[in-house]
Amino acid sequence: MIEILEQPRQIFGGLRLAANKAQSLRTPLRSAPLPERLIVPLSQHIGEPAETLVQVGDKVLKGQPIARSLNYISAPVHAPTSGTVTDIGEYAVPHPSGLKATCVVIHADGADRSADTGLKMDDVFCADPADIRQRVREAGIVGLGGAGFPTAVKLNPGRPVELLVINAAECEPYISCDEALMCERTAEVIDGVRIMRHALQAQQVVIGVEDNMPRAVDCLRRGLEAAGERDIRLLAVPTVYPAGGEKQLIYALTGKEIPSQGLPADLGMVCHNVGTAAAVARALLQGEPLISRIVTITGAGVSQPCNLEVRIGTPIADVIASCGGYTEQAAHLLMGGPMMGIPLPNDRMPVIKTSNCLLAASVEEIPPPPAALPCIRCARCTEVCPAYLLPQQLFWYARSRDFDKVQDYNLFDCIECGCCARVCPSHIPLVQYYRFAKTEIWDLERQRTKADLARQRHEFRVERLEREKKALEERRAAAKKGLAARPKSGDAEAKKAEIAAALARVKGKKTQPATVSAMRGSADSEQGPGSDTGSDSR
Amino acid sequence: MDFPTQSSPYLPVDNGVGRLMARVSVALLPGALCLFWFFGWGVVFNLLISTLTALGAEALMLLLRRRPVKASLLDGSALLTGLLLALTLPPLAPWWLPMLGAGFAIVVAKHLYGGLGYNPFNPAMVGFVVLIISFPLQMTLWPPPQGLQHDYALHFGDTLQLVFGGTLPEGRALDSLTMATPLDNAKTQFGLDYTWSEITATPLFGRFGGYGWEWINLAYLAGGLWLWRKRAIQWQIPTGMLGALFTIALLFFIADSDSFGSPLFHLFSGATMLGAFFIATDPVSAATTPRGRLYYGAGIGVLTYAIRTWGGYPDAIAFSVLLMNMAAPTIDYYTQPRVFGHPDK
Ligand code: SF4
Ligand code: SF4
Repeated sequence: MIEILEQPRQIFGGLRLAANKAQSLRTPLRSAPLPERLIVPLSQHIGEPAETLVQVGDKVLKGQPIARSLNYISAPVHAPTSGTVTDIGEYAVPHPSGLKATCVVIHADGADRSADTGLKMDDVFCADPADIRQRVREAGIVGLGGAGFPTAVKLNPGRPVELLVINAAECEPYISCDEALMCERTAEVIDGVRIMRHALQAQQVVIGVEDNMPRAVDCLRRGLEAAGERDIRLLAVPTVYPAGGEKQLIYALTGKEIPSQGLPADLGMVCHNVGTAAAVARALLQGEPLISRIVTITGAGVSQPCNLEVRIGTPIADVIASCGGYTEQAAHLLMGGPMMGIPLPNDRMPVIKTSNCLLAASVEEIPPPPAALPCIRCARCTEVCPAYLLPQQLFWYARSRDFDKVQDYNLFDCIECGCCARVCPSHIPLVQYYRFAKTEIWDLERQRTKADLARQRHEFRVERLEREKKALEERRAAAKKGLAARPKSGDAEAKKAEIAAALARVKGKKTQPATVSAMRGSADSEQGPGSDTGSDSR
Repeated sequence: MDFPTQSSPYLPVDNGVGRLMARVSVALLPGALCLFWFFGWGVVFNLLISTLTALGAEALMLLLRRRPVKASLLDGSALLTGLLLALTLPPLAPWWLPMLGAGFAIVVAKHLYGGLGYNPFNPAMVGFVVLIISFPLQMTLWPPPQGLQHDYALHFGDTLQLVFGGTLPEGRALDSLTMATPLDNAKTQFGLDYTWSEITATPLFGRFGGYGWEWINLAYLAGGLWLWRKRAIQWQIPTGMLGALFTIALLFFIADSDSFGSPLFHLFSGATMLGAFFIATDPVSAATTPRGRLYYGAGIGVLTYAIRTWGGYPDAIAFSVLLMNMAAPTIDYYTQPRVFGHPDK
């Protein structure tokens, strides 16, 4: 039995940062106008990209799938509005790699006509959990907190779930989309949480918010009362960044630490972002797949900071325009918050499923980084690291490219929260070094597995050739014998049968892999994700 | 619209080496003022000579090593080294003593080891130890604290002449102008088999830490606590050091209160508080893990007591700090904290 603490704990380390959320919460949530042209990437999630279902010139309806997922860890993509597909090609997308990705470009016809998605369920609370998961998968829902891990996979942890944690602790400064959602769409949030609880058959549910969002707490409390829901706990954790990290929030609420490299499921818990829960409710109760999301548009660089419901694929420039455009101070553009956000080189990129915030910042908000000095070993970084790491040691070994040592110091437990870099008096861009080291290590590992695979493949091939050669020889020998014995008449018929058999064999071979992958991709193979790094948190 | 990109986190930094060092320097003020009050202008001369030498040596070394001079001078680390060294030197020392010490600290102990962040030993303490080994006599030139001895007080002019010219005020011998510090005095007297209560019967020993010295130490303590509140230093090293020093002194004192100094005397005499909050906490040469810092501090405390009690020198902060500097990497290695989500070790 997992005990939910009466008094949530304070996480270790972390920072008390100015919230800067009031700006964007001053005006009520509204919908952004439909853009003329939408750029919808096929990969907006962790996992394999989806495969296109449309061609240039096709007319699509709002909510119609335009790409399907072929793998278990993947998510389909839907047309955010009705219109015509005008291009399928490589476009710049908001991604840390800065690489382009395949996108479907849709010119909106303005009618916004919906397709019948067949996602709606009338009796969702009596439905089979597998059925719910199937629809969540079909709705293309991924973790909206930032990581974008396919939600259906996380609804299927492959072991009994005792506790469902709803992450509503939006700890990063400036971001307020979850708070806006909880205040203005309380019922949808609660419906979503209940559906998730049912899908997971979870015994307990707790919604974790930060104690600096009293309005959201109030709304949720009243909403829960109105719904007659007594079994969903609502707890406010002390406001400190990064209390909204998945592991941190679970620790604050239950006092338990998710094992290193492990999942909440290892402890009988599952954690979903509150926005994801609302998206699930929307899909299953209203039949709308994930084609829009709430985005916080804020910073001194935008005229009217606010929260907007934006269609996925809307170019960022259009979104900013519907907030009164840039101010003269706009100097930087980020997707996400000022601690972990992704820097965007331009605003022609689209809003994607994981775009929780667009931060157009002034130079005062994001000053150029001061020159770095040598590490003076002051250990300020150690004091604030929520993972109890020794950031200065990680830095030392990452810089000297000692990748064994850096792993000995548990580099992979670093959640890249940036607390260490923020307090470092020497202004060392610590997180940059950690990312560098992680990427290098992954590359090395990839090369190693590639080499292993190649060797394996080669061995298999040699073996197969050997086997085939033997088989051929045996067959030849047999044929020689048979030929002598076979009567000459009916020769033609025998040949025909032989050809038919061969054809069937070839066909069988061809279809076989297809069935395998179809099975693997089939919605609900009851197996959990192998190595899920999908923290659905910040 | 296009934007420049940089890497996360992006929030403006609210910290800097320069600011850190400035805070530490400011926190030294109360203690330095007390020292000046009790020991006169020599303290000011020491401070001036030592810091100017440190800054000059730093600039020179930066030039030689082709490093940006201005930015590095502004980080305040050389200034702080100069200040710390000056505050440990006897106020009537000849002018070349602080100069030599500060020069050695910066040139050898800091830059020859790679400069800021790379020096394994606390530069100021290296400077101090070099001086006390090479010039033991000059290192004892402490005047009697103000208010203790009324027959003659050195004025600004006298001190200036003595420090820079080596000329004594008329009709005075050097001996009559100086006086052993309480720590020094206690050591000698214990050697002569006096008991602690006999030794401390003189006014030199003040209330608990030595006349004047107890105030100086209290002032450093106040500055140190302020630093801790400002998060410029962490609690582990001072707590470890003072805790260990107090505990071991208490044990011996309980066992034999005749032949050992009282725990309070050890806490509030000599350079104890300066050492605990300002010298042992020098980040570069200290241990870095939270637990390690506690041990590191405790080590300094124990060594300080041992050297003061059984060693050849009256005070021992410098030696203890340097010895523990040597142990710091090992301490760090064995005191890595348990990482989040890992089992207890
Ligand atoms: S905060 Fe910066 S300077 Fe201080 S120990 Fe960490 S990395 Fe080094
Ligand atoms: S970025 Fe990594 S090392 Fe730095 S504070 Fe966060 S978890 Fe610790």
